[in-house]
Amino acid sequence: MWDYSEKVMDHFHNPRNAGEIENPDAVGEIGNIVCGDALKLTLKIDRSTEKILDARFQTFGCGSAIASSSALTEMIKGKTLEEASKITNRDIADYLDGLPEEKMHCSVMGMEALEAAINSYRGIKVPDRGVHEGEKIICHCFGVTDKKIIQVIEMNNLTTVEQVTNYTKAGGGCGQCRPQIEALLAEVAKKGKEKKGALPKKMTTLEKIRVIQETLEKEIRPYLHADGGDLELVDIDGNRVYIKLKGTCQSCPSMGFTIESFITQKLRQAVNEEIEAKRVEE
Amino acid sequence: MRTIYLDNNATTRVAPEVFEEMRPYLDELYGNPSSMHSFGGGIARKIAEARMRVADLLGAESASEIVFTSCGTESDNAALFGILRSHPSKRHIITTKVEHSAVLNTCRYLQREGYRVTFLSVDRSGQLDLEELREAITPDTCLVSVMYANNETGVIFPIAEIAGIVKEKGAVFHTDAVQAVGKIPLNLKEIPVDMLSLSGHKLHAPKGIGVLYLRKGTKFTPFLIGGHQEKGRRGGTENVASIIGLGKACELASLHIDEEQTRVRAMRDQLETGILEKVQNTQVNGDRIHRLPNTTNISFEFIEGEAILLLLSDRGIAASSGSACTSGSLEPSHVLRAMQIPFTHTHGSIRFSLSRYTTQEEIDTVISEVLPIIDRLRAISPFGPKTKSIPLP
Repeated sequence: MWDYSEKVMDHFHNPRNAGEIENPDAVGEIGNIVCGDALKLTLKIDRSTEKILDARFQTFGCGSAIASSSALTEMIKGKTLEEASKITNRDIADYLDGLPEEKMHCSVMGMEALEAAINSYRGIKVPDRGVHEGEKIICHCFGVTDKKIIQVIEMNNLTTVEQVTNYTKAGGGCGQCRPQIEALLAEVAKKGKEKKGALPKKMTTLEKIRVIQETLEKEIRPYLHADGGDLELVDIDGNRVYIKLKGTCQSCPSMGFTIESFITQKLRQAVNEEIEAKRVEE
Repeated sequence: MRTIYLDNNATTRVAPEVFEEMRPYLDELYGNPSSMHSFGGGIARKIAEARMRVADLLGAESASEIVFTSCGTESDNAALFGILRSHPSKRHIITTKVEHSAVLNTCRYLQREGYRVTFLSVDRSGQLDLEELREAITPDTCLVSVMYANNETGVIFPIAEIAGIVKEKGAVFHTDAVQAVGKIPLNLKEIPVDMLSLSGHKLHAPKGIGVLYLRKGTKFTPFLIGGHQEKGRRGGTENVASIIGLGKACELASLHIDEEQTRVRAMRDQLETGILEKVQNTQVNGDRIHRLPNTTNISFEFIEGEAILLLLSDRGIAASSGSACTSGSLEPSHVLRAMQIPFTHTHGSIRFSLSRYTTQEEIDTVISEVLPIIDRLRAISPFGPKTKSIPLP
């Protein structure tokens, strides 16, 4: 049984503002019956002040999905759209005295429904299947886009694929998109570093070799060991790092390719952007 | 508030008679059955009696075919690994898509180890295509493992027929009978099963005790290596009290097996019909004829299972669900998905599983409590026709 806070149980048992507003000024619909949760938010808005006069929800989902929807409506009533649009999923979870980590996606659903409602009010058209121009679907099982994943990573300071799955569901179905989520996490982490101006200074060749060895040892090998594989550092030539794969990794050509890009990605984070891992055959 | 416990496929209460039988062995009779003094020797006789009682319930030829383990999962692991290691040249395993994770995940592990595994499909009613099974068996097939009855739907597979096919083709047959033992009559004298797993806590014995039935003559390499216990087939000092408890539970199960087919079945049918008649847009998942007498799996459309369980729990009713949210994973039950039950039904599926301790009064209460709960959740769902609902604040 989930360890829900008293506040979650209260909002589940006594949902505030359940139902649907007739002739609403804004409608936000998110999720669907296949995914296992869905939320329809209807708003009454004062056109002159853009204040939310009333908010109602209809939710298909578990206890925390219903509680998150109920909390959301309480939080936004009386706020202007501008104020409401600043509400994050974290705020919804905090309002409920926290949600179990695996249920954070319920709070994200609340935030998304609000975004969708505000977009509908502002006349921003949602394209087919909810994917905006310039975005692409990363998780096909749950229809989660790169934009959504990046937004949630940034908002909640997420660092692992598992967290991203807990918060967005992405990666929780067939799991094929996990490497792509890993890449998005790396991208956000890199952006964060750049913002802080903490780009690593140019290394000496000796330093570079040491960092490469360390990264392979601490960040790559444990991964490979887990599946009965291993690697050997063969040579470093400028920004090219030559690696020999061993054990199970060696016999699997498609895994080899994935590992190559995975190692490249890790080395780029640790050393520099130009680093390229290359696999050499026996 | 009294609990109405309808989650007996998850675990059962320890029968009071079982507890009484165990008590001295947790107290003054603490000897080791392997000891050479009479203090231990008396205990060895009691274990022999328990072994006989288990053998009787299964209809086994001999008590020596019973190996005590720590749980159903250990029995399944021991069966699979024990047989594969005894036939190292054969590299193919056949199982089904609807097995319990103790078999399913072990098979997936073996697949990663290099074994070829065939996962047999089921149809909409949860039944296998026996022709598909027949065609899947090759000379390289070492083992076929098919569960006796499904834990989620209660669907019973035609194990006698399956075992016949497997033996005719020369492979070893294992069945995970954790859900079947104690609920339906078994007779291993008539069914050519080589190995069978059972778990104590599903039939009113405590948790932490299981059995692997090993038919005489089955080539088997021990899974847990250690002392001479269980004739060298499973090392480790015996869980004395639980073994004795399981023996008693098996004796009780033999006495009550007819009641499961009559009184328990009648209450299950009543619960099922009662709910289907009262609540619109519901369906029963799985073969309703070849089914455990204590189990029903009902889908309530347009709402989600965890929310239903929480509201049932408020009223003291314990059940379980195949919805994604209750499992901690994000996808609903692998059993219902293998049956190609649409997602609209899987998310709102609830399993009620009864036992001989279930009363008529409890069933009547559940039938009357279900409708308002379903109505209430449907009233706040964005899907489905709006039914009459209780007022919301």
